[in-house]
Amino acid sequence: MFLVAFLSHITSLLRKTVENVRLIDRLTPRKSVVGTLYLSSTHTIFVENSDARRETWVGTETCLRPPTTPSGSPLVIRCKNFQVYQLLLPQEKDCVDIQASLIRLSRPDRYGELFCFSFQPNVDKEEREKAWGFLDLHAEFSRMGIPSNLWHITPANHEYRVCDTYPSELFVPKSASPAVIVGSAKFRSRGRLPVLSYFHRDTSAAVCRSSQPLSGFSARSLEDEQMLQAIMKSNPASEYMYVVDTRPKLNAMANRAAGKGYENEDHYTNIKLHFIGIENIHVMRNSQQKITDVGDMRSPSMGDFLWGLENSGWLKHIKAVLDAGVFIVKAVAEEGVSVLVHCSDGWDRTAQACSVASVLLDPFYRTIRGLMVLIEKDWVSFGHKFSHRYSHLEGDPKEVSPVIDQFLECVWQLMEQFPCAFEFNERFLLQLHTHIHSCQYGNFIGNSQKERRDLRINERTHSVWPHLWENRAEYINPLYRADHSQSKGILRPVTTPYCFKFWKGMYSPAERGVALRQSPSDSLNAVREESQQLEEELSAHQEVPRETDAGQGIHAHTRHMPT
Amino acid sequence: MEFAELIKTPRVDGVVLHRPFLPTVEGTLCLTGHHLILSSRQDNTEELWLLHSNIDAIEKRFIGSLGTIIVKCKDLRIIQLDIPGMEECLNIASSIEALSTLDSVSLMYPFFYRPMFEVIEDGWHLFSPEEAFKDLESMTDEWRLSEVNKDFTVCPSYPSLVTVPKDIDDDTLCKAAAFRHGGRFPVLSYYHKKNGMVMMRAGQPLTGTNGRRCKEDEKLINATLRAGKRGYIIDTRTIAVAQQAKARGGGFEQEANYPQWRRIHKAIERSNILQESLIKLVEACNDQSNSMDRWLSKLEASNWQSHVKEILTTACLAAQCIDRSGASVLVHGTEGTDSTLQVTSLAQIILEPACRTIRGFQALVEREWLQAGHPFQQRCAQSAYSNGKPRSEAPVFLLFLDCVWQILRQFPCSFQFNEHFLITLFEHAYASQFGTFLGNSAAESRVKLKLSRKTVSLWSWVNRPQELERFVNPLYEPNSLVIWPSVAPQSLLLWEGVFLRWNRSTKFLDEAYEEMVHIIEYNKELQNKVNSLRRQLAQLETEDSPLQTP
Repeated sequence: MFLVAFLSHITSLLRKTVENVRLIDRLTPRKSVVGTLYLSSTHTIFVENSDARRETWVGTETCLRPPTTPSGSPLVIRCKNFQVYQLLLPQEKDCVDIQASLIRLSRPDRYGELFCFSFQPNVDKEEREKAWGFLDLHAEFSRMGIPSNLWHITPANHEYRVCDTYPSELFVPKSASPAVIVGSAKFRSRGRLPVLSYFHRDTSAAVCRSSQPLSGFSARSLEDEQMLQAIMKSNPASEYMYVVDTRPKLNAMANRAAGKGYENEDHYTNIKLHFIGIENIHVMRNSQQKITDVGDMRSPSMGDFLWGLENSGWLKHIKAVLDAGVFIVKAVAEEGVSVLVHCSDGWDRTAQACSVASVLLDPFYRTIRGLMVLIEKDWVSFGHKFSHRYSHLEGDPKEVSPVIDQFLECVWQLMEQFPCAFEFNERFLLQLHTHIHSCQYGNFIGNSQKERRDLRINERTHSVWPHLWENRAEYINPLYRADHSQSKGILRPVTTPYCFKFWKGMYSPAERGVALRQSPSDSLNAVREESQQLEEELSAHQEVPRETDAGQGIHAHTRHMPT
Repeated sequence: MEFAELIKTPRVDGVVLHRPFLPTVEGTLCLTGHHLILSSRQDNTEELWLLHSNIDAIEKRFIGSLGTIIVKCKDLRIIQLDIPGMEECLNIASSIEALSTLDSVSLMYPFFYRPMFEVIEDGWHLFSPEEAFKDLESMTDEWRLSEVNKDFTVCPSYPSLVTVPKDIDDDTLCKAAAFRHGGRFPVLSYYHKKNGMVMMRAGQPLTGTNGRRCKEDEKLINATLRAGKRGYIIDTRTIAVAQQAKARGGGFEQEANYPQWRRIHKAIERSNILQESLIKLVEACNDQSNSMDRWLSKLEASNWQSHVKEILTTACLAAQCIDRSGASVLVHGTEGTDSTLQVTSLAQIILEPACRTIRGFQALVEREWLQAGHPFQQRCAQSAYSNGKPRSEAPVFLLFLDCVWQILRQFPCSFQFNEHFLITLFEHAYASQFGTFLGNSAAESRVKLKLSRKTVSLWSWVNRPQELERFVNPLYEPNSLVIWPSVAPQSLLLWEGVFLRWNRSTKFLDEAYEEMVHIIEYNKELQNKVNSLRRQLAQLETEDSPLQTP
């Protein structure tokens, strides 16, 4: 079905088909296969001649053409999800053409050319609409247990009047008047005023987010100051609040010269300013380039590898993001103090810090559905610039940066420390990463809610969330148990440097294939599946073991531990 | 000598013990001949029983009259004892220093230890060369068990019985022994049932600068080749190191004299470099103040992971020659007691499924390390905190265990034992109540020290069902295939279970392990229930069937 949809997409666009292409197995060249190559704007499909295998590759990142050899013209395609494929084409002319097409197709000029606008899975209009309602952010805010006497939804951003990169529904302190809201928005970069991101019911402390204030060297805004006061007072027990500026302090200071910057502690009463030092998108882009090169190295020495790892700075950046989350959690959960998080525009580092903190604070976000909700809330609805950051369209290469990759990696690093705390496995994170880049579904198209509304994404494309949910069996972590002490409550990770690992699954996909021929997770899932069948057989004979009942299944069983 | 002479103060009250991840304990500190004991005299608090031989180094500090002794253990743990009274503290410190550095082997704890359990299966008699040879005999008749070394005169570091080609007589062996370092003439290490290829090991040939040759040595190793086949000699040293060895009487096999053999040089480092590497690695792991950059650069500078990679790569090479190229292999370095054994034992883990079982791994350690003459006592005399001048200490065996752990990580379902088993072996190699790792060779341990009579074997304890249970890998599914580990740096990890063991809590990882055990145990329980039900049903059906059929 997918292939048919895809091939029609190809015909509708600039198409290219080359036969007799040899796909080189990078590890064992003897195992190479011959097939046909289909190209489109977002995907490259390779169909093996025997039809035993077809492979779909996500968006081309780069495409290199090493010199022609007697056996054919080689082509090396690196995809946006870091997979690398080596092809051998019979004709040099085809090779040149394919390279040109791939480079052109990899970044179309218009949204309409993206795959999601022609992707037609077999669902009717009604189902499509229902699919777009699969996640309900309204329900998510109610789940948090926000007290309605302290926080409410303001109509201020109706039709995106106050801020066109924010969602139209915003939670603000009830005590903040419309004038304060509008005034505060005017004093913040791109109108991104302080609003609620997460409410921690246990302490009534809130995680709020915004962009930097337009303070320059001396400017102030009474409304913005009142807004922060209102946020602080919405947490009745607290006497102060934190403003977490996720940037390095030097960067924040430099912004003052441009009439931006950070909160002046003399003007805002009872705030404590804290800088975290997450680097900007340009530093992160270069760093990821280096870590991908490290992951890609062919038989490096251990020294080269470790030097490359250090030199990339990547793990240092991941640690900075995780540290930001840990700081917020400490403030919210231990001190019971509300936090306002911002960076410059409040759509990159702020999204990282808020969502990492949420994962640490709330077990719900460690479930399959919860992580979807979190990404929908902190990233999609709050205007993380997906199309710019992941270069869905031809555009400014300086806008590209692996911001959400870093969030996903923080989650992965946490999974390594807390193997029972997450309902999903690594495959789920990798799948999310692939879909963020693939443009097969509409969720991650555009740069804001408003832009997606104007593009009529809900009518013209499909949502990835129900699709992932239907396939959730593939993403289950067998060690997860909702009732486990590790799964409940707050996660307190250790962020000493030696706790951070190189994410092989993301950055060395080839190595992952070789080394993980035995996955404990998969074999445990198989065992659990078998147990379920056995349980069914037993209950059919009405001989269910004592503690087990059908509703709770395997987890209700009393533990039989070797001592 | 009486231990009492060394114990200046046998007990001190009001001592406070600090340990990683455990609450501090106040209690009475007692010194015995072999143990440092801290007892809180409360029933529910765990006491500390530390073998003096586990103590690698101590440091003293004083604040006023409160003294502090930092005890650094060979298993890499660091504990702190706060001792009131300067004199007591100094006495305790000097007693510990004296007791933890006893020179005489016969004063070691294993000679005093009496097991609190009944020895059902004596580990000293589990793995004899005769038994191993019986297995070999069932596969091939091309080998024989030679008694040429029965009084350990031909080769002091070999066992009394060795397996050699059938057509080679003892006289030839003696001559070949004279031509090999330490008398370690080529002997059989492993027979690959699949294709009949073999792995042999030896000491370096003593060619010296003028290219001495030995016809008997050539004859001996050629006898392991099939007609018209070539073999590989894997020299674990670089060509440069092997060249330098000539000046000291050593060397390597000249092509001209061994035309049927292809020599490959690898670069496994020698003992003192490995010891330095361990010290640097542990220092890096214990420094909590490292920034990410400093941590990674110290990890790199320690070179530990490079050693792991090089050893694994060489083992894979040996295994490939045997399994893929269908050739026989001779492995040696300089003495043939360190890097050689790392390679031959790891190659067997890769090739031979039996070595991946608990019993098989014990047999491997016996065969390729203990009986093969790895000088455990010298190598494990000091660990990562030793600040004394290194003599012949080196973490050769620890590196081997690290490599096994790397393969276990990559093939988590193919090993019958778990990580805990490997860590236990590491601990016992450095300090133990059992005699298994005492001495430096079969001659020394079996004959001179009479270990099998005077001490208890580690295996006697490990193989008790109660203990065995803790070492079993719940994911184990026997896998009859050769397993090829990845040696790419991207796939090799720092062995956290050893090197970060005392630096971070393993609570969450332990819980995950328990959960895994639980899932599998529960499945087994269900299977048993279903099977017994099925049997009952079948029985009922057979009983009922005559009635039901009309």
